[in-house]
Amino acid sequence: MTVAAIREYIGVPRDSVENFGGKQIVYASWDRHLLFAAPFLLCLPPETRFRDLVEGPLTALVQADPDAAALDWTTVEWLKDNQPWTPDFDASLATNGIGHKDQLRFRTAGLNSLSAAA
Amino acid sequence: MDMKVTKKKLGLKEKYKLMTRDLGWDTTYQAKEDVFPYVGYEGIKIHDWEKWEDPFRLTMDAYWKYQAEKERKFYAIIDAHAQNNGHLNLTDARYLSALKIFLQAISPGEYAAHKGFARVGREFPGVGTQVACQMQAIDEIRHAQTQIHAMSNYNRYYNGFHAFADTRDRIWYTSVARSFFDDAMSAGPFEFMIAIGFSFEYVLTNLLFVPFMSGAAYNGDMATVTFGFSAQSDEARHMTLGLECIKFMLEQDPDNLPIVQNWIDKWFWRGFRVLGLVSTMMDYMLPKRVMSWREAWDIYGVENGGALFKDLARYGIKPPKGWDDAEKAIDHMSHQFMLGLYQWSFGTAFHSWIPSEDDMNWLSAKYPDTFDKYYRPRWKHIKKLADAGTPFKNYGLAKLCQCCQLPTVFTEPDDPTLTCHRETVYNGQKYHFCSDGCQHVFENEPEKYVQAWLPMPQLFQEPINGDLGAWMEWVSLRDGKDNGDYAGSEDQQNFEAWRGLATTNQ
Repeated sequence: MTVAAIREYIGVPRDSVENFGGKQIVYASWDRHLLFAAPFLLCLPPETRFRDLVEGPLTALVQADPDAAALDWTTVEWLKDNQPWTPDFDASLATNGIGHKDQLRFRTAGLNSLSAAA
Repeated sequence: MDMKVTKKKLGLKEKYKLMTRDLGWDTTYQAKEDVFPYVGYEGIKIHDWEKWEDPFRLTMDAYWKYQAEKERKFYAIIDAHAQNNGHLNLTDARYLSALKIFLQAISPGEYAAHKGFARVGREFPGVGTQVACQMQAIDEIRHAQTQIHAMSNYNRYYNGFHAFADTRDRIWYTSVARSFFDDAMSAGPFEFMIAIGFSFEYVLTNLLFVPFMSGAAYNGDMATVTFGFSAQSDEARHMTLGLECIKFMLEQDPDNLPIVQNWIDKWFWRGFRVLGLVSTMMDYMLPKRVMSWREAWDIYGVENGGALFKDLARYGIKPPKGWDDAEKAIDHMSHQFMLGLYQWSFGTAFHSWIPSEDDMNWLSAKYPDTFDKYYRPRWKHIKKLADAGTPFKNYGLAKLCQCCQLPTVFTEPDDPTLTCHRETVYNGQKYHFCSDGCQHVFENEPEKYVQAWLPMPQLFQEPINGDLGAWMEWVSLRDGKDNGDYAGSEDQQNFEAWRGLATTNQ
């Protein structure tokens, strides 16, 4: 549907990738680990290696969870755009096809200390 | 010879006619549609503006008289409150967090409503409608002023009250209310009336004001109780105007029904998201609680809202589309939101805290199916981290919903252990939502919502470029004073010291 308006109505997005000075937004979250109230917002250059995202900011951010110590990045299941997906740890975000504002999710079956069964 | 004596005083009915309806005129040298250019484009068809009923029949002169009387009483009590150190009668200074959120998020909404009603009063052609909107415009600016004046007393002693205008415009948790009002003010006049007059004033106002004002009374805040009373009779008029407007639209033309229904669906959901803040205030921020958010919802949402939609069913109106999802969220939303506020409290101009064991037992009694199962384990872990000297701070900033602009803290309607992930692509850009309700609102008018100014992504753009310290300065947040845990805060220390002076001989 379109916006009811008296003349042609065109909106300009405020969060286009050009506005981030060569970086992009990536969202990342750990399924069923709701100690973290919402997915994390990360702002990184698209050349960042996926491994550097995971072992850098993502590992640092999840430390408060009691499962963090047992987290094995080689066995987690990944989702991108809510679909199963396999990353190449040594390729960049761009090469991995991680676009601006993409949402990455990861799952750790059996590692859910603070989560009740649904 | 009989002389005809001129009546000195007009009867009420005559007075109303002369001072409202007779103020209107027909255009002569301009086309009517040029004088009222915004009344047609939304698609609402009105055949006879004279059918607009004003149930209050209030004239401007009587209005000024009543309002002046209310102002005199209000300021007399506010002065007494200030002179008698009324702030020391609070149950606890934790209560002030609720007030700070109100001042930063809701009072500016009153001002926005003032601007909106002033505008639609000009845009509607019917004179009865114009006068009613004019009065409401004046009411709303008065509410903004009385609230700011009432709370300014606390600004002399406590942190977090000093920059509410910057907070409203720039900080993150207020953007849910700001975007609600910006959305309404940028809509056409009829949609504005549904958004504010109906959804906000009629469906949601009880859930905002009744628990909040009772909360103020329960917690010894005479200043807030007073502005609540001063606004109450206005609110009754606003609710009636909102209901009258919706009935008027539905009676004028059957083609109006689908447009109105769509607005009801949209504005119910948008209002429900604003209430997320209120649920947290009720369940966590009042030291002495009035009722739980769940209990308030059962009374004001289910019972009153249910009766309203039953009444509107004769026009073909159905309960809002998001109603069932709202019901499923009631036992979760306050906990989900407070957990977020606590872990991001380095970026809030109010304090939050870990609920005490007593508080958690109260929550568990009020939310027997959800609190112990889902939320107590998280608070216990957070308490453990705090006791170990490593308090939990989540420096991963949050993904925000493109529509309501809240952090996406909400879970799947049928699975409280899984975050609700919703996204869509529009014109090659990706957009995220907290719920189906917000995604529907976006998809109905994507060109409007792509323009959303989302506080978190903005932080990484000019002029802040990801610098948290620069951001704090820009939003007028004083680190170590306005933000963080209540435990150990200046507010806590000052309140306890001053109250100690008032109640002991030390």
